[in-house]
Amino acid sequence: MSRETPIPIFPAAGAAALRHLPLWPLALAAGRLAPSLVRRHEKMFARLGEQAEKTFLIDPADLPFVFVLSPRPDRPRLDTVRREAAGHWDARVAGPLAALIGLVHGAYDGDALFFSRDLVIEGDTEAVLALRNAIDNEEIDLAREASALLGPLETIATGPARRLAGALGRWTGVALTRGENGPLT
Amino acid sequence: MTARPGLELVCPAGTPAALRGAVEAGAHAIYCGFNDETNARNFPGLNFSRDEMAEAIKFAHGRGAKVLVALNTFPRAGAFWRWSKAVDDCARFGADAVILADLGLLEDSARRHPDLRLHLSVQAAAANADTINFYARAFGVKRVVLPRVLTVQEIAAINREIDVETEVFIFGGLCVMTEGRCSLSSYATGKSPNMNGACSPASHVEYREEGGYLMSRLGGFAIHRVAAGQPAPYPTLCKGVFEAGDYKGYVFEDPVSLDAAALIPQLAEAGVAALKIEGRQRSRAYTEAVVRNFRRALDDYAAGRPIAAGELRALTEGQQTTSGAYRKTWR
Repeated sequence: MSRETPIPIFPAAGAAALRHLPLWPLALAAGRLAPSLVRRHEKMFARLGEQAEKTFLIDPADLPFVFVLSPRPDRPRLDTVRREAAGHWDARVAGPLAALIGLVHGAYDGDALFFSRDLVIEGDTEAVLALRNAIDNEEIDLAREASALLGPLETIATGPARRLAGALGRWTGVALTRGENGPLT
Repeated sequence: MTARPGLELVCPAGTPAALRGAVEAGAHAIYCGFNDETNARNFPGLNFSRDEMAEAIKFAHGRGAKVLVALNTFPRAGAFWRWSKAVDDCARFGADAVILADLGLLEDSARRHPDLRLHLSVQAAAANADTINFYARAFGVKRVVLPRVLTVQEIAAINREIDVETEVFIFGGLCVMTEGRCSLSSYATGKSPNMNGACSPASHVEYREEGGYLMSRLGGFAIHRVAAGQPAPYPTLCKGVFEAGDYKGYVFEDPVSLDAAALIPQLAEAGVAALKIEGRQRSRAYTEAVVRNFRRALDDYAAGRPIAAGELRALTEGQQTTSGAYRKTWR
């Protein structure tokens, strides 16, 4: 992986439009994703250890909203809120949406993004490191995780979801699914 | 044409996922550690539980790769059992070698596990033939990881006077000090890589955006301030910017990384047996990319093809690379 192309930035017009659209559909999906992740990736929480008690602000800097992640195994939460309504957090991880998704899918190395200043971290560095390492080891695929939200339909939805994410990823340059690293590899 | 000497590619893994990535990318051997203070990369969320280590060794062996377990910190008084037990577990899981630094642990391991291969960690700072011969004679050490302070000529001179294998770093972060003898991190945080397994432990690191600059603090001390658009370094004191007399800048070391790919032929001719990639703290993505690149370089070298170098700069600290001490020049 030697990054030769810049990280895609979410189009400004799209971000402006999102500012006026309701957040509840995304908030609903994100809210359902957190407990599903707990159920499907138990080892991630063992790796997080006591850092699972922290609150993480996941800040896609090119979008008008943020995610507030509380990865407590007993009551996990992933809230989607406007940036100005984020409230308290222990650690903040900020960067273009494409960089954050690419980190989850193993398309980027977190330290390299930090060195190049594409990724900003603030607050509790120990918590950020633990989260980064826990996610990296789980080899999460968001297309697969989204399919899992469909319950019994997961097995038939995963394939098409990953193919769609892969095609969209090739078009946008964003690693929307694991193994579809676009121009990054 | 004379056959070129084979070189073992020793690759880092901070997680089972990174280990799998390294094996799939062509690593001959992977080094890793348990998730405690017994190894020098004791960072939050990193490393292997006992079960994960046993599984990882099975996985690697099933694909023809070796696993070397780093137990390379110095045991605390009263807690020696923790390190000794870790060696026992490595032997039980079938690890191909343990990488040790402490004299007591070397003696204990050699005596209780005579069939377990012992490698001398870079943390032991063995930088001359006499020292290496002592470790070989006293404990049966089979390989020594050389400190990153030697030139290629010095490595060749050492290899002429010893009968054990040498392993050298080929890519990744650099330490300005002879490893195992650096206490900079202790001065600021009370913790060091030698005793606690973490240089600049994350619990003592703070980053903050202030007035357009990224401020790095370690143990409350401001050690770096980076303007927008400038590469950020790791928050280690040796890469900090300080004032000393009329000078203001990198007092100890510039934030650059080692990339000695271009020196692979010279290192092989100097008698080196294995090349080590630094970076157990890095992601699976980094591990895979760097391992694949260096495996190709070794295959190119073995086949007599030119070696491509410098392709991994974007992944490195400071976004700059150097051949380090291998090729010393006056400045």
